[in-house]
Amino acid sequence: MATDYIYIALFLLAAILFVVTTLLIPVTLRFLKIIPHNPTPVKGSPFECGVETIGKTWVQFNLRYYLYALVFLIIDVLVVFLYPWAVNIRHLGLTGLIEMLILLTIVTVGYIYAWKKGALEWK
Amino acid sequence: MIGFNYSLGLESYGRTLPPDWPGGFWWHWLVFTVIILAFVMTVLLGFVWFERRALGRMQARLGPNRVGPFGLLQPVADALKVLIKEDIVPSQADKIVHWLAPVVTLVPVLMIFAVVPFQDGALLVDLNIGLLYVVAVSAVPILGIFMAGWASNNKYTLIAAMRDVASVISYEIPVVLSLAGVVLIAGSLSLNQIVLTQNTPLILLQPLGFLIFFIGGLAEINRTPFDLLEADSELTAGFHTEYSGMKFALFYLAEYAEALALSALIATFFLSGWRGPFLPPWLWFLLKIVAMFFVIIWMRATLPRIRIDQLMALAWKFLFPLALLNIVVTAIEVLVWPEALPWGLIPVNIVVAGILVLFLSKKFTLGWGRIEV
Repeated sequence: MATDYIYIALFLLAAILFVVTTLLIPVTLRFLKIIPHNPTPVKGSPFECGVETIGKTWVQFNLRYYLYALVFLIIDVLVVFLYPWAVNIRHLGLTGLIEMLILLTIVTVGYIYAWKKGALEWK
Repeated sequence: MIGFNYSLGLESYGRTLPPDWPGGFWWHWLVFTVIILAFVMTVLLGFVWFERRALGRMQARLGPNRVGPFGLLQPVADALKVLIKEDIVPSQADKIVHWLAPVVTLVPVLMIFAVVPFQDGALLVDLNIGLLYVVAVSAVPILGIFMAGWASNNKYTLIAAMRDVASVISYEIPVVLSLAGVVLIAGSLSLNQIVLTQNTPLILLQPLGFLIFFIGGLAEINRTPFDLLEADSELTAGFHTEYSGMKFALFYLAEYAEALALSALIATFFLSGWRGPFLPPWLWFLLKIVAMFFVIIWMRATLPRIRIDQLMALAWKFLFPLALLNIVVTAIEVLVWPEALPWGLIPVNIVVAGILVLFLSKKFTLGWGRIEV
């Protein structure tokens, strides 16, 4: 069982190595003077359709979806309970189904509440 | 009955590792790592060419046809061009995050393929929680996209990144819930096991689940009509406006790799993976992937981009209730026929899916102005 995850970890290393190597090729070529590198102030400014940028970029602004994020969290917890049940449904039988229906009902009530409260509106 | 019987082919594949697969730990790892990376990269180059040619045909133009026969070498030429481009980083950018973002975007997409079976037992690891692993890993690339949008120090990229986080958070729910239907029928989270139990392709038994997974998947990988994070008309080029050279190429690759992963996962979950008559299994798998990718291209050529509020409403008010209903219906069906779902259920399920979609569509109207639900 642990072997599986060693495979995954080794594959992760291989994938990172692959991608980083791909990124390092242009860096090497730049030192070999094959790729040009001459930054200018205009080149280094943010590209906003030719208009000069006004003010800072990293400012506070209204995250419209923190309510979505809250509902997402609740339903993700539902999913945590849902998958083990889904795998074992044939053993758990009718009792399992009824219990899951109770959980789904609770979540659905919360979902309807969130909808009526306007938490699902993007405005 | 529908004319293909997969169970005949199954015995000949055998249920264990075929003896000619390399047995030792390191050999197994090396061979499959090389196979996966080579497969993904080759198919990606093919996809880039295929998408441009197919889009060209659909828009009554030619598409790339100068480099090599039928323009087949066009992706190679693009790769060479991108390799020797100057790498421009905005002077105000957060350099380290800017550099790391493509890595964080592409690596998790590659990780998905570690558990996708190309043939019976022909995969890097047959994780017993494979589906959960796929769901978890496939949510990571948005982190890279957000890093890119944030680090570029450009307002458009930041807005694009915010939109992407919102859409992925929203569409994660219907996608995960629709996969629960697959798990209910297969009774396992291992991808290889899911393929082995699909004597009938699950798209027939789970038409609604397939629909939700496909739409949600399209939204998660930001393909048209859900490509709001690179809506060219509003956000210049979206989150990768400030990227050039190889880093841009990696984002481009990641986008296609996500499309490839989505096609591969749909093939595995809903189209019975590598199983099929006559042809070798890996060829069936590839054919199903290409067919799914063609549908994605087709949608790109057909559908206009939707608005962000429509995008969110579609996930939360349309797909989510459908996904819940799908789980309940599937669970009842599985409990009534615990051994295997009968063939007779296929038309019933398709009709039920159609009725549910039609009924909810009546409730869900998009006006000319904002959404009226």
